[in-house]
Amino acid sequence: MLEIKNLHVKLEEEDKVILKGVDLKIGAGEVHAIMGPNGSGKSTLSYVLSGREGYEVTEGSATLDGTELLEMEPEERAAAGLFLAFQYPVEIPGVGNMTFLRTAVNAQRKARGEEELSAGEFLKIVREKAKALKIDAEMLKRPVNVGFSGGEKKRNEILQMAMLEPRMCILDETDSGLDVDAMKLVSDGVNALRDAGRSFLVITHYQRLLDHIKPDVVHIMAAGRIIKSGGPELALEVENNGYADLLAEAK
Amino acid sequence: MALAQAKSEALAARTDGLSVGGSGWLGAARRDAQARLSAMGLPSKRDEYWRYTDPASLTQATPVPAALFDAGDEPPAFNGILALRLVFVDGVFDAGQSDDPALAGVEITHLSQADGVDIHWAREVYGVLEARGQVPVQRPLATLNTAYATEGFLIRATARAERPVSLVYHHNSTTSDAMLHHCIKVEKGAELTILEQGPAAARITSVMEVEVADGARFHHIRAQGRDHERRAATHVFARIGAEALFKSFTLTANGCLTRNEQVLELAGDDGVAHVAGAAVGDGVFHHDDTVFITHAGLRCESRQVFKKVLMNGAVGVFQGKILVKPGAQKTDGYQISQSLLLDGDSQFLAKPELEIYADDVKCSHGSTSGAIDETALFYLQSRGVPKRVAQSLLVLAFLAEAIGEIEDEVIAEDIRSRLEGWLQRHEH
Ligand SMILES: Nc1ncnc2c1ncn2[C@@H]1O[C@H](COP(=O)(O)OP(=O)(O)OP(=O)(O)O)[C@@H](O)[C@H]1O
Ligand SMILES: [Mg+2]
Repeated sequence: MLEIKNLHVKLEEEDKVILKGVDLKIGAGEVHAIMGPNGSGKSTLSYVLSGREGYEVTEGSATLDGTELLEMEPEERAAAGLFLAFQYPVEIPGVGNMTFLRTAVNAQRKARGEEELSAGEFLKIVREKAKALKIDAEMLKRPVNVGFSGGEKKRNEILQMAMLEPRMCILDETDSGLDVDAMKLVSDGVNALRDAGRSFLVITHYQRLLDHIKPDVVHIMAAGRIIKSGGPELALEVENNGYADLLAEAK
Repeated sequence: MALAQAKSEALAARTDGLSVGGSGWLGAARRDAQARLSAMGLPSKRDEYWRYTDPASLTQATPVPAALFDAGDEPPAFNGILALRLVFVDGVFDAGQSDDPALAGVEITHLSQADGVDIHWAREVYGVLEARGQVPVQRPLATLNTAYATEGFLIRATARAERPVSLVYHHNSTTSDAMLHHCIKVEKGAELTILEQGPAAARITSVMEVEVADGARFHHIRAQGRDHERRAATHVFARIGAEALFKSFTLTANGCLTRNEQVLELAGDDGVAHVAGAAVGDGVFHHDDTVFITHAGLRCESRQVFKKVLMNGAVGVFQGKILVKPGAQKTDGYQISQSLLLDGDSQFLAKPELEIYADDVKCSHGSTSGAIDETALFYLQSRGVPKRVAQSLLVLAFLAEAIGEIEDEVIAEDIRSRLEGWLQRHEH
């Protein structure tokens, strides 16, 4: 599904190198988790994959089902099936959440040569999915993320994911800021989408999320590299002992 | 001395060939204006309120020629709105293209028929509100208009008009120089909507005086056409009575020079005045909103919401003042002027002013100038929304507060779709 090879990334405006040769391969239907200290480059990796400006790829590649992602516009990557649930979802005053969702869904359908959803069809689907995430009608009417609590913003990210049905989902700390019940809701939302044709890359600091969303592989990222990969037990090790041993071992 | 000489010569050149007509009340009002004008002289760039906008092309003897514009397949503004249409071509009323001016609860009289008739209410409005609006800031172009305009309508609503009156201004001659002067009275408890659309002429100088009586409601929505080369100096003078409502919205897309002045006086208690504008310009575009709102009554509310989208060297100007007179307690005044600069070449000049002589008031003003939010843009794109669509969404979101001032949802939708069309045509 997603294959990242020797990815090196620096900031466009500065000489600061952030990713220093990331290799990662996620097969169809797999769930991978990335953990790692603050500032190790996890969000940068997800931004670079989704095409945010401000970063320069100096080496390496990232392909989605064999197609080079790094050459594409962000909207083309989305249409190709990539989705990023933001660590910090963006507020857009003046743009209604519904308008936003509908514009996004229909833009992707159009890009894929599918017919656009009618207003009625769209409404039916969005209501159903919002209900499962306990997002009420009032929240759907408000401007995108404006005045949403931290947890509401994260649930709104998952609603977008559910509406867009991407094949490759990257979740950047979707669990942070969620209360216990919301974490369950979000995990259920994610698990409901799990199938053989869809893959997940879950970035998190906490083992707790991985109790709900069981990963196939756990990677540890430090200073712009993946320093260790393993099974779910690796997350437990981090939870119990922190990163010190792992970092020392990598040196 | 030399300056005074130059000023009077400029005025003579500007008014050459124009005459102050009429032997009745209208003629008297015009002669009064003529006298006021010669005492004031025409505006110049040295005047405090013309510092950001050079009035030279508005005061020179003949207009700069303006090419005609083909709007292509965009339908005229307010297309779906059933209204009584009064059509002007290059500033001259065209009865042939207009509807019969008959509307229940509304009296409509052309200026040319007014002088010999004692239209009582109009005598208290024509040139009267304009003259009141000269203090403390002089507006000589309005006085020029009062003295010399021969075209325009006197419109009086005595009940709730069932349809809007739509004033349509075609521009068919590259050298036309128009002056339109309308007087409107909305009587106690009555309600009227005036729509205005079109560029009007190569150069237009207009005045609309509006008396909104106690408990009356007045709505004004205008779209100033899409001609690139036209120049416009418009003025709205309004006196708003107790518990009366005044709302005005202006859409400006293109136009090399626009100066829209609004001078509003909340004269009674509990009156409401809202003025809003959305202006979009690309390249040779200079757009100036100059607003003066006086709170004289108790518990009045005023709102000014002006938004401009500028690119490729376009210039936006906002000069907005709220004056709260002594005793105008519980005033609620709000003013916001914002520009979205789509590139580094464009500029926005704002001069917000508050002058308050009462102690129990709530007044706020804000002015900002900024670029499109790149983070929001990326967020939208990351959801699959193409960049241009995403930009349009964000620009429309920026304009939303101004468009939100239009009460009629059908008209608001029309304005929105015209802005959307403009954004699609102007790549950034
Ligand atoms: N646009 C930027 N400008 C300056 N520094 C940046 C920028 N983007 C990332 N960085 C820096 O790059 C490093 C990696 O940041 P990144 O956000 O990817 O870390 P992270 O692993 O997601 O951390 P966290 O766990 O705190 O979310 C940090 O030192 C950060 O300050
Ligand atoms: Mg991060």
